[in-house]
Amino acid sequence: MTIEEIEKEIIEEFEIFGDSWESKYEHLIDLGKSLPLINEKLKTEDRIIKGCQSRVWLNSELIDGKIVYTADADAIITKGMVALLVRVLSNHKPEAVVKADLKFIDEIGLKEHLSPTRANGLVSMINKMKTDALMLSR
Amino acid sequence: MTEQNKIREQFPILNQKVNGYDLIYFDNGATSQKPVCVINSISDFYKTSNSNIHRGVHTLSRTATELFENARKTIANYFNVKNDQQIIFTSGTTDSINLVVNGLAKDYLKAGDEIILSAYEHHSNILPWQMWAQENGGKLKIIPLLEDESINYDAIPSLISDKTKLIAITQVSNTLGLITDIEKIKSFAQKNNIPVLLDGAQSAPHMLIDLQKLNVDFFVCSAHKMYGPTGIGLLYLSEKWLRELPISKPGGGTIKTVTFEKTEYAEGALRFEPGTPNISGAIGFAAAVNFIKSVGIQTIFEHENELVQYAQTKMSELPEVIIYGVSKHKAGVISFNVKGQHPFDVGTLLDKYGIAVRTGHHCTQPLMQHLKIQGTVRISFAIYNTKQEIDFFIEKLKKVITMLS
Repeated sequence: MTIEEIEKEIIEEFEIFGDSWESKYEHLIDLGKSLPLINEKLKTEDRIIKGCQSRVWLNSELIDGKIVYTADADAIITKGMVALLVRVLSNHKPEAVVKADLKFIDEIGLKEHLSPTRANGLVSMINKMKTDALMLSR
Repeated sequence: MTEQNKIREQFPILNQKVNGYDLIYFDNGATSQKPVCVINSISDFYKTSNSNIHRGVHTLSRTATELFENARKTIANYFNVKNDQQIIFTSGTTDSINLVVNGLAKDYLKAGDEIILSAYEHHSNILPWQMWAQENGGKLKIIPLLEDESINYDAIPSLISDKTKLIAITQVSNTLGLITDIEKIKSFAQKNNIPVLLDGAQSAPHMLIDLQKLNVDFFVCSAHKMYGPTGIGLLYLSEKWLRELPISKPGGGTIKTVTFEKTEYAEGALRFEPGTPNISGAIGFAAAVNFIKSVGIQTIFEHENELVQYAQTKMSELPEVIIYGVSKHKAGVISFNVKGQHPFDVGTLLDKYGIAVRTGHHCTQPLMQHLKIQGTVRISFAIYNTKQEIDFFIEKLKKVITMLS
């Protein structure tokens, strides 16, 4: 599936919750809980993306021309968001990752997580994912 | 209309929905909301009296100067300071502490000297001292906390040496709400002739501060935590330090005469206030002090204490909740965590219910290291908060706990 197709799939997945933010967040929390995202050994200081409050770890590697991300976060809601981002961006060509506009975040009503308050490190995480993709595409 | 409603009515910002719920503002420790009288004092100044001060001969400039200096008098009077020149306007607590550190570093503090701080200081009362220490071979000594997170006063004598030049301590912990026993601190300080800097950022909004009675060398606080505007605060200097503290921020307005060879500085507060000061801020600060006087600081303290005890009791009934620094002697603040949950998650979900709380380390990372946690959720009250708000908060906190577990 392309990045856009996965985004579409997630949008559809979230549509069943309608306007209920509580259901959306419960789903996000479930996503956060169900996904062991990263090898514990990779949770090193240099892989931390420092947000102000919750910590996010990201590891990027190129496997067969595709960028593979593994990540983790210490706050469960952030982890749910991280799980979505990894699902959308991992296993694609770096060029595609760099170009991705990630509109789905707005469409599923979770745009507030992208406010630049440094509160959850998610904006920094997206930037890091794209920078890594850019580096690995060269 | 009840007294409570009359107060709430004065805060227009409270009358709004956040995420579809009535706003509950429990982040007063970060900054309090502003009553109409404060907002109007600032807009009135710009509408009718705006002008630069202390230099113009024209009428408007004289009016502005008078408003600014009257603000200083109002504030000096509120804190029971005899000479209003002992009140120096700064941009806030952090600026005030820096002014003290940089002034003392000119002459009073020498290599090898020691400053005593407590383990629950916020970063503003750590970093300026730390920078001085690192750059000048000084040393910071830290008063430890007891099991219940209160100050271990008995440990102080062992920290004092002939190198101790100052004790800088907060009157109320911004993270825990615990109140420092200043008389105890002073007894150690006075015995050894050590000056005391009292950080009132978190105490001035909640309790009576009588600076003559407190009799410390330096006192600092910020207007914006006490219903006033942001960007203004004060540094109080004792008579001795008003004469002796060297200025570290020279600039326009601080002088008597200037030649390229030599400058003669003004006396009193002005020499510490270079450049055009925050005139509207000072006026707003005075309006905030008048607001506090109209309600009564004792009324505010009792109201907030009742809220703290009420919330603390209700929260203790929830087995998943850990409260840090439980005490009957607290100023407006409760810090807690939900067992096994990250404070960020708890704060994010409470916000979805319109409840504004603070999460994180509250700029007290050393205290977090002491507690061995990443951060906490902090609720902090002001005069306009109510028990009904706490009830709603408890109801939603239970819901959040269920969602996260």
